Amino acid sequence: MELKLTYVEDDATKNKRKVEKVLITIILTVITALCLLPGLMLLINATRANTQLQSGFSLLPGASFFKNLYGAFHDSSIDIGKGLLNSFIIAIATSVLTCYFSTMCAYGIYVYDFAGKKVLYGLIIAFMLIPTQVSAVGYVQLVNMVGLKDSFIPLILPGVASPVAFFYMIQYMRQAVDKEIIEAARVDGSNEFRTFNRIIIPIMRPAIAVQGIFAFVSSWNNYFIPSLLINEKDKKTIPMMMATLRSTANSLDYDLGKLYMFVLISILPVIVVYLILSKSIIGGITAGAVKQ
Amino acid sequence: MNRERKKWKKEWQKEYRKQQKKNMVKYKGWGYFFVAPFMLGFIICTLIPQLMTFGNSFFENYKEGLNQIGPRFVFLKNYIEIFTPSNNGDILVFKYLGNTVLLWLIGVIPQFLFAFVLALIFTHRRIQIKGKKFFITVIYMPNMIMASAFSMLFFSLFSNIGPINQIITAFAGDGAKIDFFSRTVTVYFMIGLMNFLLGVGSTTILIMSGIMSIHQSVFEAAIIDGASTFKTFLHVTLPMIKPVLLYCLITSMITGLQMFDVPQILTNGIGTPNYSSKTLVMWLNSYLGTSKNYGMSGAISVVMFIITAALGIIVYKSTIRKGEKAEWN
Repeated sequence: MELKLTYVEDDATKNKRKVEKVLITIILTVITALCLLPGLMLLINATRANTQLQSGFSLLPGASFFKNLYGAFHDSSIDIGKGLLNSFIIAIATSVLTCYFSTMCAYGIYVYDFAGKKVLYGLIIAFMLIPTQVSAVGYVQLVNMVGLKDSFIPLILPGVASPVAFFYMIQYMRQAVDKEIIEAARVDGSNEFRTFNRIIIPIMRPAIAVQGIFAFVSSWNNYFIPSLLINEKDKKTIPMMMATLRSTANSLDYDLGKLYMFVLISILPVIVVYLILSKSIIGGITAGAVKQ
Repeated sequence: MNRERKKWKKEWQKEYRKQQKKNMVKYKGWGYFFVAPFMLGFIICTLIPQLMTFGNSFFENYKEGLNQIGPRFVFLKNYIEIFTPSNNGDILVFKYLGNTVLLWLIGVIPQFLFAFVLALIFTHRRIQIKGKKFFITVIYMPNMIMASAFSMLFFSLFSNIGPINQIITAFAGDGAKIDFFSRTVTVYFMIGLMNFLLGVGSTTILIMSGIMSIHQSVFEAAIIDGASTFKTFLHVTLPMIKPVLLYCLITSMITGLQMFDVPQILTNGIGTPNYSSKTLVMWLNSYLGTSKNYGMSGAISVVMFIITAALGIIVYKSTIRKGEKAEWN
């Protein structure tokens, strides 16, 4: 009797597990499809010729990949090669500044005691919440006043003071840097700045890698601020070229193969970097954001 | 002997403290040195522009054609203009704020639901999913994508001659073709879907990290006490990941209020149809174009600043119970 009872219960649980499994499969399939389908369509469409694209959708890739690539790099209104170069210069410079100076500031606050330290820390944390868009008006005016319009400097300079990177660095530093190391370096006669460069930076390398990638990606993808500060055609960044593309693509006779190729070229560099470094990127999202 | 030792210890401690203080003083300057570049950048790129934005909002300052009007102190005139109903009775700031909030909600509600379910699946003890890493990598991928390019992609996929409409025509004939850009519902759907995809990965991973930081013994205790999976979730998991949820909600709200790239590129900056997808930052942007209207855009910025600050404080206060300390900073 007892045995039978257990058996019945087991069967019910089994059924429950089956339903559970089906549900999970459905959820995972839906989300994966949603994430991958736009990219897949982009990849396929970038290989097809304009006439093919106009006539209908197909799941098979076409043979016009290189033709589209050639077309994209020889466009009269969008110089995508120049755009890649401009975006790359700005993103790399921003990333380097962000990593070095946010680590430096975190070190200053972590190691030393000085007047106004707490106020400063609170100020940075508070400004982490305030969107950059809110101060954009003043920034644009300031840049125009100084005469740095159409220059990369005002796009790179804000990288020096990134509250998010600073916050991540100081969280990481609390776990990774033992103050005794600094003391030991002092005893050995190392100058403070040298201690920072030679001892702290190597310890912080994993955090720097993560923040470097994030700073690069957010600068690469940034559209709002550059669109307000850059007018010259030769200095446009990739996101601004997307805007140009959007306004010219309204006409019906636009080469769609080239259009998809433009989008692919803008997205691909970051995706390749992501796929290579996905492990450390995903690990890095949580490490500094939430204290555990 | 003992007394002498105590005395010696006291003296030594005194000496040590003195030395330490001296050290502190000696190294104090270095603290300023390390903080200086960051602070300088912060002052130049954030603080001064922020103050200038505040200041601008009280001035009349724009270009009309080639003529520069102002700057002239007008006190609250820009604010009054923002809150004055336009010709068709809409108060623009409320309209665009409403659009922004609606567009944010359409993306963020499914985002949090999906993120929650996925995080629970990925962290469940019993359920072991093959290729978990693959799924997480795929789900996070859209977070890396340039929003403007993604928007451009959606524009071409959903356009009248795009693949989505081609598929619809192939199955249901020419009559079933949907003009995705002429209806508010479909435009909202596209923007919501994009925002959903652009943020679902990071939300999932953050919630996962919150769940994983709960000690396993807590779950075991709940199971031994006879709690069902749902009850465990409601009374154990949910309260314990509240700090993480708070963090996710605040960051999502801030990025939501900043929403610009996706609707700007998708609708070519117009906010079609009938300005229903025009967000606050798009509105701000329209004043910064050729007219260089620093006064009006300054006033809009200040309104946004106040909303952001208020929302942050409300969520922060309401989510934390008395006695609990916020853990996200």
